[in-house]
Amino acid sequence: MKASDIEEGRVATAQGRPEAKYAWSAGESIGRFLAELKEGRLVGRKCDKCGRILFPPRSFCEECFVRAGDFVTLKDSGTVETYSISYIDTDARRLEEPIYVGVISIDGASEKMGFMHYLGEVKADELSIGLKVKAVWKSKADREGAITDIRYFKPTGR
Amino acid sequence: MADEVRRWRGDMEAYYIYTAGVAGDRFLREIRDNGRLMGTYCPRCDVIYLPPRIYCETCFSELNEWEEVPNKGVIDAITVAYVNDKGERLPQPLVWALVRFPGARGGLVHFVSLPEEDVREGMEVEVVYRRTGRREAAITDILYFKPV
Amino acid sequence: MRRVAVIGAGMTLFRRRLLETGKEMCYQASQMALAEAGIELTDVDAVVTGSAPDAFDGVHMKGEYLSDGAGGVGRPYMRVFTGGGTGCFSAIAGWWHVASGLADICLVVNEEKMSSCHPHPQTAFGHIWDPILERPLKPNLIWIFAMEMNRYMTAHNIKKEDIARVAVKNKRNAVDHPCAQLADPNITVEDVLDSEVLAWPVQRLDISPPSDGASALVLASEDIARRYSETPVWISGVGWCIDSTMWTNRDLYFPEYVARAAKMAYGMAKVDDPRRDVDVVEPYDPFDYKELHHLEGLLLCDKGEAPKLTREGVTERDGELPTCPSGGLLGVGNPIAATMGIKVGEIYWQLAGKAGKRQVPGSPQLGVCQAWGDLMQFSSVIVMRA
Repeated sequence: MKASDIEEGRVATAQGRPEAKYAWSAGESIGRFLAELKEGRLVGRKCDKCGRILFPPRSFCEECFVRAGDFVTLKDSGTVETYSISYIDTDARRLEEPIYVGVISIDGASEKMGFMHYLGEVKADELSIGLKVKAVWKSKADREGAITDIRYFKPTGR
Repeated sequence: MADEVRRWRGDMEAYYIYTAGVAGDRFLREIRDNGRLMGTYCPRCDVIYLPPRIYCETCFSELNEWEEVPNKGVIDAITVAYVNDKGERLPQPLVWALVRFPGARGGLVHFVSLPEEDVREGMEVEVVYRRTGRREAAITDILYFKPV
Repeated sequence: MRRVAVIGAGMTLFRRRLLETGKEMCYQASQMALAEAGIELTDVDAVVTGSAPDAFDGVHMKGEYLSDGAGGVGRPYMRVFTGGGTGCFSAIAGWWHVASGLADICLVVNEEKMSSCHPHPQTAFGHIWDPILERPLKPNLIWIFAMEMNRYMTAHNIKKEDIARVAVKNKRNAVDHPCAQLADPNITVEDVLDSEVLAWPVQRLDISPPSDGASALVLASEDIARRYSETPVWISGVGWCIDSTMWTNRDLYFPEYVARAAKMAYGMAKVDDPRRDVDVVEPYDPFDYKELHHLEGLLLCDKGEAPKLTREGVTERDGELPTCPSGGLLGVGNPIAATMGIKVGEIYWQLAGKAGKRQVPGSPQLGVCQAWGDLMQFSSVIVMRA
């Protein structure tokens, strides 16, 4: 069967769209994380048992299975652990300008504790695993307590 | 600040195109083109499936024999809807019924064109189709059931 | 625990879009598996179905929806779901139904109809990500694999052409598979390296496409198996393991959870030295680098060594360790859970000597199949013996 068989009505079909909308509660730890983003800060959370600084912050240490301790303010810089250059968008449509995206481990958190974000102000051939980067923030007025309050990470020294 | 409840909103952007399948395709075309209900017959279990399937769910035989099912059936169960699928009040209550057809396993769910006080289980009803030329091989080619 | 054998398998064509509904595909695959086992639906005691996220078919409670086509009506019936890991996991669920003594014969049916989802099945994948930390970045699921592939290549200094060889091998192997969607007898490494870049380093031909399809297995207890089959294939070990959802907190160069699942399965099967004993393997290969990653995770070679084995022909169908002789997801197609037909099904057919043109030489006795999924954190492994 071809796509045109559906488009031109040669086979019987029914169509529909889920009309549900969602509102996810951010929870204790990510709620605080988002609030701190609005202030231009990154926070992690310490596990008092293993001593790891967990990032992104969470309300429990998944290894020790104990309640996490205090929030810790981290730097807004880190290291590119891995990256990709994407020529497709979220619906697999071709992009004119590629998106640079990576996993960035954050300075002050425990080793390998990172999150996914965009990379910017960098050329493809300058990107490498191990590259030191820092956050480029939206202006204070534009920040809303969202992961996108950081526009992207750029190489340090620029 | 930590006590502030934060929410993040989102939507499900996907939409779906479902094929009616091998049995469903013929079933819906028969409604559109011939205004009749067709089921599939299992000779081993001696049952007719309506809506039709390409297999017997009991003995798993492949079903290739098609049988016309009469357009008249009997109301098996009734519900009356006062709100729509979004929970909004309907201007008039809508009567929905499960209708069984003689000799067929299964049945169809659709509206009944009667006020709720006049509908009862066991009532004989018939299928009313959309006008020829307006049908599009969909279950909505059936408009409603009306009393015989 | 009772011994459990596979005595029949079946699968539909894998295609970008099929007219058949999910139920109809389930019926076709089930009927083939029952026919090969020489039994009827009335002989079946319990049914397990497997399918990936409901959002592909666009039918919630897909297990319930598929039940009549899967032969579940009037029987103990359940659906299992571990993302792409379902490809082997539902067979493990079927195994425990029989091993525990609850059922003598269990039918396992996996299905996926990804073509229903528009504008693209990727749209459904968008809802796998964390809704607060990741979805606002508008990711495509390929990103996560591209980043894992990049980390793997960098950690071991692997060249893309060595990874592309996997796609070439599997798409060529698939020429001999009657259900294949993407077989290509003439594909070259250059074709893969020249294909469209989706999310570097992932290119069009590094990846298996969305498909529609279904597959089925008949599992039987020991005495029943010997009554119906002259070539039962025994499930001698099973294992599964999940790693943290916090995928950005771990090093992606090695799939530790695969190794843990493999050790569990080898231990149960009493396989002391998998590198010596395994005759044929079907690792999960939705991307070409994943076959390599998984050969290493399955402890069948050293970390970073799989590209070398591929380059030297060890993983060819007539090599020392035939790998994805079915043609894999890269060649046959990727209807997620239904890939059970080219993982568990293929090892069954290989060890039963029923793989036809795909048969690996030397009558293999010990095979391993593996599936992988959720947010690249889950693996299921089955060890099988002739």
